[in-house]
Amino acid sequence: MAKRFAVFLGCNIPARLKSYEMSTRAVLSALHVDLVDIPEFNCCGYPLRNINRDAFVLSAARNMALAEQQNLDILSLCQCGFGTFRMAGHLLDRDAALNETVQRALAKEGLVYEGKIGVRHLLGVLFHDIGLNDLQKKISLPYENLQVAVHYGCHALRPSNILRFDDPVAPTIFDRLVELTGAESVAWPLKLECCGGPLSGTHDSLSMDFAEKKIEDARRAGAHWIATACPYCQIQFDTIPKRMAFERGEDLQVPAILYPQLLGLSMGIDMETLGVDSVRSRIAEFRKRLAA
Amino acid sequence: MVYSIALYVSLAVFCVGLIYRFSNWFRFKVARDAQKTPALKRLLAGIGGTLSTLLSLKFFIWVRIYILDVLFQKYFWKTGKLRWLAHMCIYWGFLLLLLMHALDKVVTSAVFNNYYPTLNPFLFLRNFFGLMVFAGLVMAFWRRLFSPHPRPKSRTVDFYALVILAVIMVSGVLLESTKIMSETEYEGMVSDYSALEEDSEEAYALKAYWVEYFGVVSQDVKGPFDQDTLAYGRELHEESCMECHSRPQWAFMSYGVSRGLNSVAAGIDRAGLHTGLWWVHILACFIGLAWLPFSKFFHMFSTPIFLLAKGVMTEEMSGPENWATLKAIELDACVHCGDCTRRCSIAVTMNEIPNPKMLPSEKHAAFRSLLAGRNLSRKKLLAIQEGSYICTDCHRCTEVCPVGLDLESMWRNLKLHVADLGYPKPELWARNTIGEDYVIRKFGDETLSPSAVDRAFLQDLSKIAAVSTFSVCFGCRKCTNVCPVVAAYDSPRKALGLLPHEIMHCLALRQKDLVLGSMMLWECLTCYLCQEQCPQGVCITDVLYGLKNLALNRLKEEV
Repeated sequence: MAKRFAVFLGCNIPARLKSYEMSTRAVLSALHVDLVDIPEFNCCGYPLRNINRDAFVLSAARNMALAEQQNLDILSLCQCGFGTFRMAGHLLDRDAALNETVQRALAKEGLVYEGKIGVRHLLGVLFHDIGLNDLQKKISLPYENLQVAVHYGCHALRPSNILRFDDPVAPTIFDRLVELTGAESVAWPLKLECCGGPLSGTHDSLSMDFAEKKIEDARRAGAHWIATACPYCQIQFDTIPKRMAFERGEDLQVPAILYPQLLGLSMGIDMETLGVDSVRSRIAEFRKRLAA
Repeated sequence: MVYSIALYVSLAVFCVGLIYRFSNWFRFKVARDAQKTPALKRLLAGIGGTLSTLLSLKFFIWVRIYILDVLFQKYFWKTGKLRWLAHMCIYWGFLLLLLMHALDKVVTSAVFNNYYPTLNPFLFLRNFFGLMVFAGLVMAFWRRLFSPHPRPKSRTVDFYALVILAVIMVSGVLLESTKIMSETEYEGMVSDYSALEEDSEEAYALKAYWVEYFGVVSQDVKGPFDQDTLAYGRELHEESCMECHSRPQWAFMSYGVSRGLNSVAAGIDRAGLHTGLWWVHILACFIGLAWLPFSKFFHMFSTPIFLLAKGVMTEEMSGPENWATLKAIELDACVHCGDCTRRCSIAVTMNEIPNPKMLPSEKHAAFRSLLAGRNLSRKKLLAIQEGSYICTDCHRCTEVCPVGLDLESMWRNLKLHVADLGYPKPELWARNTIGEDYVIRKFGDETLSPSAVDRAFLQDLSKIAAVSTFSVCFGCRKCTNVCPVVAAYDSPRKALGLLPHEIMHCLALRQKDLVLGSMMLWECLTCYLCQEQCPQGVCITDVLYGLKNLALNRLKEEV
């Protein structure tokens, strides 16, 4: 039976990172995963966390209640969204008063949150539901001599007792997903650290410092590309080098690629369908020459 | 006399209002760089741009836009057939009533040399156009009532505009129906337009004919009438009246109402109600005219002009002056339909943060009042700031706007605008404000004594479940040691005030001011490394999130 999920794109992807949606749809359709769109979905709640906890939980709960109505698990492409949903679910389970406030607001629209459905991240679905073996079978154009720095992203990994995504200290899911494409996952010291995205707009120079440090660290480890699976991280790694070039006159040379693009290319899906942009010119050199 | 004064006063207000609204388009500086474009330069550029478009091939683009978007309202057609029908009915019904009926002396009599308002097709059409407006309004209300989504509240000015429209329409129908019934009106016409003598047989016959066929309700002449009287009456009618009067049944709405009022017709006539209704109708029209430039109905000018302007302009080609003008027209072209708010990605938040300024349809109006130079209170500015930044820039409002407003760029400009007034992104604002007035600097090396227990603060803290975990902190400093932000500074304590473990410690000491004043809150990456590594399971990042909520609330209350 085909696997079905309610795909949660959030606000960033449709507005600023269409390629993440395009590549995910292309890859998942090749893997026979059905994505159901729920147009009523709203903000996941993540951007509200600094401002008002109850508002963030309500936003998350409304989305989960909408998916529950259709009895579908949520598939989030964004790690911040994924972390927010799981955190909200955790709080709703534990905090009766909060639960009551939220349910009262949801009831106005005839919605209920019961906590029946799961919230998944794209990487988790690929790893657990499809599995490395089946994925491996789809790889038709494996990479050769490609070194990738895997960027896990904070909000999928931690706090691990609530998110339960992977081992928070020595995670492997993303590395193994990258390696099955033929690429090599390099060891880099700052692998598990933050991209700096959350401070963008609040303390821009510090935010840039973190991204710069990470990109530089990846370069030093010999990485050609940084692989991401979160729009915030991807946008951070996309925009910071441009700003760095402009504001600090530095040239950071490790472009970031979204995991479904990396995977899709090795599955033989064309670049247009995947929305591949920044690494376009360098793909050929890493493709394994297939025996004629 | 009163009529003329009222007419000219309302006309003058209307013109002044229009000039004011149009002048805003050249004065309002929506984008930051519009500061460089003075109003006069923009006016001249606008005139120049208009003339050059009229004389170029782009003129045909205007013709196309005018037909498809203004006359046919294609953008509504795309968003829903019922809605399109409703708006077309109101638009065309109102416009045709205005041209054929309200401006009959100017327009209709010039086009048709045999124009009489009581003659067909005008008699029928007036009612038909009126019915279109009523039908459109009913459909519009129906949509509002049965729409599954919450819609933005109508603004008071919009509400009054609708009330005036309703008064004009209803009083018009009532006026016509009382005139149909009125015996006094009938007598007046007879004495003016025929040579019939009072109480003569002729007078009786004609009246009988009018009572029978024209809806006049008479006190003394009542049916049933014999055929001869009616035949005679008909003769007299054809002689003196027919040239100007079609049968009132053609005025189907008014005639229907007059039949309903049949039993009270005498009272209505004696009281001279139709004179009263005439004044109500006329004055409501004048008030409506004067009010129009200031109400929602101004969109009948601004929206078409916006659509025409946008159709032939691009930011690169049109020059900074005209682009700044377009952005100002855009601000007026909103019809406040509420589609954006229904699609808004953060509208659900209204349940917890009841600030309407977060809804695009309301934020739009707030931007206008900001640009109009109204002195907004700090509270209002804070509301606009909060609303602007709760917005996640998801572009959904821009996607659904039926008029095609670039709301995305509008919100960007609004953010810059409130930032210039001293209200940037709340987190940044907190960082700046708290940074300026950072308490720990005031204390210097002085030994702190525990401040008095602040019960409200403790209560706020305990509401956030994670916060209470601070109490098991034993001060191992693991959190501080793994924090990438702490590591990013040469002298972190100077930059951050309290380090993560110190925040936990100060919470235990109930040092509210120190905790809420710590810069660490606004430098936290929320990467959860500290929380993950804490041997005691203190939810450090969640504590910081909770403290940020409290600090922002306190900051809002303070200023």
